[in-house]
Amino acid sequence: MTQGLQGPRPEERPHPEGRRNAQGKRIDPVQEAEQESRRATVSALVKHEPGVLSLVSGLFSRRQFNIESLTVGPTTVDGHARITLVVEETDAGIDQIKKQLAKLKPSIAVGELSSDAVRAELVLLKVQGHEPDKVHAITQMYEGQTLDAGPRTITVQITGDQRKIDDAVDAFRQFGIIEIARTGQTALARGDTPTTPGESPAASAESTASETQDSSNTHQ
Amino acid sequence: MSERATSTYPDSTEESTDEKPTRRPVTNGAQSVVRALENAGVKHLFGVQGGAIMPVYDALYDSEMTHVTMAHEQSASHAADAYGIVSGTPGVCLATSGPGATNLVTGIADANMDSDPMIALTGQVPSGMVGSDAFQETDTTGVTAPITKANYFASDTDTVGDMVGEAFAMAASGRQGPTLVDLPKDITNAPTDREPGPGRTPSTYNPRTDPDPEEVSAAATALAGAKKPVILAGGGVIKANATEQLREFAIEHEIPVVTTMPAVGAFPEDHPLSMEMAGMHGTGYANMAITHCDVMLAVGTRFDDRLTGGIDTFAPEAEIIHIDIDPAEVSKNIFADYPVIGDAGTALTRLYDAMAHEPDADEWRERCQTWKDEYPMDYQTPEDEPLKPQFVVEAFDAVTDDDTIVTTGVGQHQMWAVQYWTFKEPRTWVSSHGLGTMGYGLPAAIGARLAARDDQTIISFEGDGSFLMTLQELSVAVRDNMDITVAVLNNKYIGMVRQWQDAFFEGRHSASEYGWCPEFDKLAEAFGAKGFRVDEYDEVADTIEAALAYDGPSVIDFHIDPGANVYPMVASGAANGLFALSEDQL
Ligand SMILES: Cc1ncc(C[n+]2csc(CCOP(=O)(O)OP(=O)(O)O)c2C)c(N)n1
Repeated sequence: MTQGLQGPRPEERPHPEGRRNAQGKRIDPVQEAEQESRRATVSALVKHEPGVLSLVSGLFSRRQFNIESLTVGPTTVDGHARITLVVEETDAGIDQIKKQLAKLKPSIAVGELSSDAVRAELVLLKVQGHEPDKVHAITQMYEGQTLDAGPRTITVQITGDQRKIDDAVDAFRQFGIIEIARTGQTALARGDTPTTPGESPAASAESTASETQDSSNTHQ
Repeated sequence: MSERATSTYPDSTEESTDEKPTRRPVTNGAQSVVRALENAGVKHLFGVQGGAIMPVYDALYDSEMTHVTMAHEQSASHAADAYGIVSGTPGVCLATSGPGATNLVTGIADANMDSDPMIALTGQVPSGMVGSDAFQETDTTGVTAPITKANYFASDTDTVGDMVGEAFAMAASGRQGPTLVDLPKDITNAPTDREPGPGRTPSTYNPRTDPDPEEVSAAATALAGAKKPVILAGGGVIKANATEQLREFAIEHEIPVVTTMPAVGAFPEDHPLSMEMAGMHGTGYANMAITHCDVMLAVGTRFDDRLTGGIDTFAPEAEIIHIDIDPAEVSKNIFADYPVIGDAGTALTRLYDAMAHEPDADEWRERCQTWKDEYPMDYQTPEDEPLKPQFVVEAFDAVTDDDTIVTTGVGQHQMWAVQYWTFKEPRTWVSSHGLGTMGYGLPAAIGARLAARDDQTIISFEGDGSFLMTLQELSVAVRDNMDITVAVLNNKYIGMVRQWQDAFFEGRHSASEYGWCPEFDKLAEAFGAKGFRVDEYDEVADTIEAALAYDGPSVIDFHIDPGANVYPMVASGAANGLFALSEDQL
């Protein structure tokens, strides 16, 4: 006959003092600094296959990533598309988003844009048509265009970075905004810098972002 | 031998690909699907027939591959999963559209969590009816997208075979996992004479196998400087066939080895450096070692929460070196101070070469040994009390050899099996880790049986609750006279739940009493298998001997102590070092 499990009780054992934060990083337990989240723009070059968008949006929802906007459209290469995502996450979360995106089968290359990247969003605003002159003035102020003007409604288009769009929406509020449609941000890296690693000017699937040696894109 | 046992499988050594009769030319999509599997070297498939998959089954009629008809598609996916674990190459399962496909889902999700190589082929309603809620239609690629490594919807008869070849290659390479190809009936039925080419992964898929030398040398410096080093081996070690490299590394540098549950068998548990398994029901000494180490070399692990306990207290003072072929696993749950992206075997070899000297860790090794003495794995065996499950596991282990394969259901019995069996070889522990699927054991034993060598013994430890979930597969084991021994550790409870209810819900046994279970020995006989029942200690050894000697499936219903519990135990989210040795310590 044997006795069952033996050994010092939990409180009698030595316990280390160290700690990790929510991201699993060793921290000084005294000045326990949690990571702050930040806004990042991630660009993914993907094969334009059926289902790719649902794959990406499904990835975001099931991993509980905080997504601000997602835009998608074709590139110069037949069968390729670029997805631009704006996310609000900790550094660790953004890192994980990029790696998980890179793992998707249709994904060719994934990059994060630096703060000087070129970004733009398009918004359509339908406002009450009572004061056409004032609406026109504000539209001009934001370098927008009037797309439709009738006795009861005026619809304008504004493009620009997020700050400008937010300001414009605020300015149009005085007229009574009836409907609004925003595309979400899309972006490219400035100057010679490729938007996703390895990307270069191309018109065919063969000569675009290298599908074979891009180190940031070691999918699993 | 059972009277119903009629068919047997051809000895795999008889099948030599060179001597195969010239193959018939491909004439339709289904035949090219089958050809792609043949090209990939597939020998066995597990599945169930049905309308939308019929063209593929028709093509299988002429193939030399062996199709194993299962009683339920869930079991087909578990069998394929276990086949993949034991053989190292993707197991294949098939199902029809709709309910067939959804029945596969549990096994696919299970394989996904454990990165097991597997490919599922599902029938689909004809392309023209897709989206119309047709009879037996399910959006199978939609349902399985989150639980597959990659999935495919076939839309071209000429390329469907290539697609299957690609899915097979995907399942097997890099970080392994399940893939799925959905096959609309018109695509498989339509004519084509296109022979599929060799299976290749897509051009966008290029896992890095050779790690960056700078990453390796930084990691080597950290490890060589360690005073309290530990190796944490994960399932990736076995998946990557890196067991030899791991053993050599640990033994040469004298570093204690802790394993995760999927890595059980990667390092011999009777070796002095082995600390065995860590985590919720790991050994006290393994949990002490990971709590107090200063450098952890983690290989092929995803730091599951059953292993880490609370993140804040996991190896709280250790620098982490993390080797993994999937960059997304690195710093996902636990931040890696030294990431090393690459194949586990290659990375371990490079790291081995880059180590200037072994860590100076005599004192630490001694401390690890002390913990083994301080927290021994043991259990009470008063002979006049009901049978203890740990005793049953040890009795099996004592009379079987090191190559014996153990499969399990999920619950207390699974934990006793992993704790009290001394595993020494990789691919001998086949269990549902990440998903924790009750009902995994018997279908897994069937898959393992077909992947294993004939001289390997297969034992499935089951709980009464787990066994009830898929025991209809006994019919399959009887039909094909598979030599499998099922050991039901019957406590008339879904015991793991009862244990938690006792610990955390004031003993309120809501829906956990399974006193209404059938007599499993008689049930086994009804299926045509051999049945035994054991209530007393002195019956254990003889019954085990008789069951193992029986050529065919046998079931032993061990009526064990219904109050037996699994310890040590780390409460969910607690510190590993706070493992409880009994309920009053929780
Ligand atoms: C399919 C499934 N359903 C429910 C659970 C939750 N669960 C985990 S362990 C357990 C009890 C298992 O009971 P049994 O198979 O009798 O094994 P024991 O714990 O008694 O050894 C249950 C219900 C599960 N893991 N899987």
